[in-house]
Amino acid sequence: MRKAKTFQDLILTMQNYWAAQGCLILQPYDNELGAGTFHPATTLRALGPRPWNAAYVQPSRRPTDGRYGENPNRLQHYYQYQVILKPAPANVLDLYLGSIREIGLDPALHDIRFVEDDWESPTLGAAGLGWEVWCDGMEITQFTYFQQVGGIECDPVCAEITYGLERLAMYVQNVEFVYDLAFNDQFRYGEVFYQNEVEFSTYNFERADTEMLFQHFKDAEKQCQALLDGDRKLPLPAYDQCIKASHAFNLLQARGVISVTERAAYIGRVRALAQACCQAWLASPQGAYTPRYSDKGHG
Amino acid sequence: MPELLLELFCEEIPARMQAGAARDLERLMVGALSDRALMFEGIKAFAGPRRLTLSIVGLPAEQKAVREELKGPKTDAPAAAIDGFLKKTGLTREQLTVQSSPKGDVYIALIEKPGRDTATVLAELIPEIMAKLPWPKSMRWVPGESVRWVRPLRGIVATFDGEVVPFSYAGVASGRTTLGHRFLSSGEIEVRRFEDYEAALKKSHVLIDSEERAAIILADVKNAAFAQGLELILDEGLLAEVSGLAEWPVVYVGSIEDQFMDVPEDILRLSMRTHQKYFALRDPKTKKMANKFAVVSNMVAQDGGREIVAGNERVLRARLSDAKFFWDEDRKRKLESRVDDLKGIIFHAKLGTQAERVGRIEKLAGEISNSFGADVKDAKRAAHLAKADLTTGVVGEFPELQGLMGGYYALNDDEPDNVVIAISEHYGPIGRAKASENPVSNVVAFADKWDTISQFFSIGEKPTGSGDPYAIRRAALGIIRIVLERGYRIPLSGLPNFSQEILSFFVDRLKVAMKESGQVSHDLIDATFSLSGESDLTLLMMRGAALQDFLKTDDGKNLLAGYKRAANILKVEEKKDNRTYTSGVDESQLPESADKALHAALSKAIAAIGPALEKEDFAGAMREMAALRGPVDGFFESVKVNADDPRLRENRLHLLAGLRAALHRVADFSRIEN
Repeated sequence: MRKAKTFQDLILTMQNYWAAQGCLILQPYDNELGAGTFHPATTLRALGPRPWNAAYVQPSRRPTDGRYGENPNRLQHYYQYQVILKPAPANVLDLYLGSIREIGLDPALHDIRFVEDDWESPTLGAAGLGWEVWCDGMEITQFTYFQQVGGIECDPVCAEITYGLERLAMYVQNVEFVYDLAFNDQFRYGEVFYQNEVEFSTYNFERADTEMLFQHFKDAEKQCQALLDGDRKLPLPAYDQCIKASHAFNLLQARGVISVTERAAYIGRVRALAQACCQAWLASPQGAYTPRYSDKGHG
Repeated sequence: MPELLLELFCEEIPARMQAGAARDLERLMVGALSDRALMFEGIKAFAGPRRLTLSIVGLPAEQKAVREELKGPKTDAPAAAIDGFLKKTGLTREQLTVQSSPKGDVYIALIEKPGRDTATVLAELIPEIMAKLPWPKSMRWVPGESVRWVRPLRGIVATFDGEVVPFSYAGVASGRTTLGHRFLSSGEIEVRRFEDYEAALKKSHVLIDSEERAAIILADVKNAAFAQGLELILDEGLLAEVSGLAEWPVVYVGSIEDQFMDVPEDILRLSMRTHQKYFALRDPKTKKMANKFAVVSNMVAQDGGREIVAGNERVLRARLSDAKFFWDEDRKRKLESRVDDLKGIIFHAKLGTQAERVGRIEKLAGEISNSFGADVKDAKRAAHLAKADLTTGVVGEFPELQGLMGGYYALNDDEPDNVVIAISEHYGPIGRAKASENPVSNVVAFADKWDTISQFFSIGEKPTGSGDPYAIRRAALGIIRIVLERGYRIPLSGLPNFSQEILSFFVDRLKVAMKESGQVSHDLIDATFSLSGESDLTLLMMRGAALQDFLKTDDGKNLLAGYKRAANILKVEEKKDNRTYTSGVDESQLPESADKALHAALSKAIAAIGPALEKEDFAGAMREMAALRGPVDGFFESVKVNADDPRLRENRLHLLAGLRAALHRVADFSRIEN
C-alpha cells in the first residue's frame, strides 16, 4: 500500500482502480455542474434497465461556498470523483473499501465507519439511502443507493460513490490548508487554483450580472421546454439547458437576490425541467447502439 | 428442547433504528409463533450496526395437532352457500356433521390439522415477519423486485436445533454462516446455536448486545477519563448512538488545543457532539470542561490508535477553528449594532422582516411586564436584543445555539444580568425544564411566542392536522407552560391581535397539555371555558381544578347526577313546548315543601355564587353549589315535575331551569363526562 503523494496521483490511482473494476472512465461534463451527480452519465443513465458502470472526475461549482481563498477547506470550485454502478453489485462496499486501500488509507490503522446519511437533491427530484463514510471522524465519501431520479423510481437500483477529492487528498497528505496540497511534485494546489477562488468568489458574490442571470434562467427554461415539446423530443440537449438553468439559479443565490420564499419556487422550476428531461430520456433509445459494420472495433 | 437462532445480516443499519428493529422483530416473532400454536420458553432480540439477532429457546420439535370447528350454513341453505363452505373447508358433504341450534340445523366442519415440523413452520413464518418488519425508512435494491430492507440484506443465519431452516428472502438463502467484524475478522464463521454463535462472534470482534456495548463504552470512557484525572460529562443520547455505530467499541482519548478553550463550552460541546460524536470530559472539582475528548471507534488499530487519535484531533481542529473564528469575529461587534441588520432578514414574506418582528415583541414586552412582575426597562432591552444573534457567525453555523449565543454576546457587551439571562432563555421553556424563575425571561419568551402565534393566525397560516411548519403549537404550549408553571395572571383577550379563534386554539392546546400531565381532565376545561370564555389561563385552570375537586365529593357526584336529570327533562319538555324555560319562578305556585326548599336554596346559591366567583373564591362557589345537593335530591324524590296542573308543571320547569342557570354560573355541566 503506497500513499497517493500528490493530488494528481490520487486521481490517477482512482482512475486505474475503477477502470480495473470494469468502469468506463469518462471525462468531466463540459457544463457548469453543482455536483458529479448532475453529469448526464449519472442523472440520466441511472434510469432505465440498461447496466451502466462509469467513473469520472467532475469539477463542481458551488458559488455560495466561495471564501475568497481564505477558508482552509471550502471552495466554490472543487473536484468530485464520481462512480456509478448499475445495478449495484452485492460486494459494492468491498469494492469501495478497495479504493480506499488503494490510495493509501489502511483500514487496519484507521477507523472507517458508515454513518447514516440519506441523500436528496430537490433540484433533480432525486433521493436515495446511504451513508457518509467516516475515516477517523472525517467524512471522506458519500455513498448512496439511488431510489429515485427525476421523480422516477430507479430499477435496477444503482450505487453512487462520491469522493470529495481535495478533502481526501488533504487527509492522505496530512495537509490542513487546501491550497498547500501538492498537486504534483512541482506545483501546489494554490498555485493552480488560489487566484481562481479569489476571482470567482468576487464574481459570484459581487460582480455577476443578476439581470443577465435572470434572463439566462428564463431562456434556458424556455429552450428546455421547447426541446421537450412535440414529437421530436431531444432529452440530451434539453438536459443541458436544465443544467444551465440550475447554475444560473446557484449564482443568483450567491448574489443574494433570491428570497427564501422565491427560492423554493426556483428549485421547483428546475426540478420540473429535470423531471421532464428524465421522462423524455426514458422514452428514448437511452444510448442503445448496434455496431454498424462489424464487431471489429470491440475487443 | 430445540432452539431457534436467527441472524439477519445487512449493510450498516442507522444507529437510531437498531433498538426499534430488535423490539419489532421480537414482537412479530412472538405473534407469529402464537398464531401457529408454537409455545416457547424464552426469546431474546439483539441489534447492532450490521445485524439483528433473535434467539428463541424451548420450542417444541413439532406443532401440536389442532382440532378446529368451523360453523357453516344451515342445512336448508341454498346449494351455493353449502358448496362455498365445502370449497372453503376442503371437505365433502358426507364429512360434515350437523348440529341443531335455535335457528335450525347447521353444518359443522371438524378439521383436524396434524402438527407439522416446527422447522417447516419456521421456514414459512420467518420470511413473513421479515416482510412485516416496519423500518422507519427502507430501500429497494433487488432488480425487478419491490422487496425492501433498511439497507441491502447480505446474509441470513437460521438454525433450528442446529440445523438450517431453509428459506430465502430478497434473493438471500438462509444458511449457518455469518461474518465477523468488517476489519478485524476474515472468513466465514459457521454457527449452530446461539451459545456458540455469540462466543464465535465475540472472538471475531463483534458484540451482538447493544447493552453490553454501551456498558463497555461507559466503563472505558470513565476509566480513560479517570486516568487523566478527569470525569465524563454523561450524555445518554450520545452513548446510545455510539453503541449503534461500533460492533467492537474501542475508546481513545484525544486532546483539544488550548487555543480553543476560551470558546464557550456550549459551542465546543455541541460541535464535538453533533459533528463528531465525541464525549466531553471535565475537571471533577471545578466542573470545567477539560481539553480532552473521548472518541468511540470501531477499531483495535495496529498502531495502538496513534493514527486514529491524530486523525480525529485534526478533524476537531478544523471544526473548532471554524467555531473559534466565528466566535472571535462575532465579538468584534456589539450585539446592539446587529439589531439594525435584522432589517435585511425576511421573517416571512407576508409578515415582514425580523426587525419589524423585534419591534412588535419589544412593544408587547413593555406592555405585559407588570403582569409578570418584571422590570419594564430590562424586558424591553432584552426583547430588543433577543434576535440579534441570528446575524452572528456562530448561530449561522449552529442554529441550535440561538438565544444562548445572544446571552454570551450580551454578557460580553456588559448588558445587565437580567437582560443577559432573558436573551439566553427566551426560547424556553425547553424540554422538561420548568419555565424560568427570571420574570424578564418569561416576559420576552411570552411576547416572542404570542407574536408568532397571533401573526401567523392573522395571515391564515394556522396549524393543520398534518402540518405545523411554523411550530405554532409548540409556541402555544410554551405560553401555557410559562403562565401555568409560574402562575402569571394575564388575560389573552387583552393582547394585540387577539381573536376568539386564537383563544379556542389555546383551549385545545391546554386540553392536550392536561391530557399529558393529568392535572385537570379535558372535559372540565371545556365545561369551565365554554360559558365563561375565560382567557386568563391561570384562572381557567384554578376554576377547573376546584370543579374537579368538587366533583370528587359525594355532594358533587350527586349534584352532577341531579343536574343531568334536570337538563334531560328540560331538553325534552322544552322541545315539546317549543320554548325555553328560565328561572322566572312564581313563588305562589310552590305547593310542596320540596318545591319551597329548592327554590329557597337556588335563590341563595344564585346570589352567592356570582360574588364568590368574582372574588376568585372558587372553593366558596363550590360550597354554595354543594348546599344545593340536599334540596335537589329532595325535589326529585318527592315531586312530579310534569304535574297535571299545567301551571304547576311550568313552575317546576322554571325551578329546574333555575338549577341549570345556577350551575352554569360555574361551568357548563352538560359537557362533563361521567
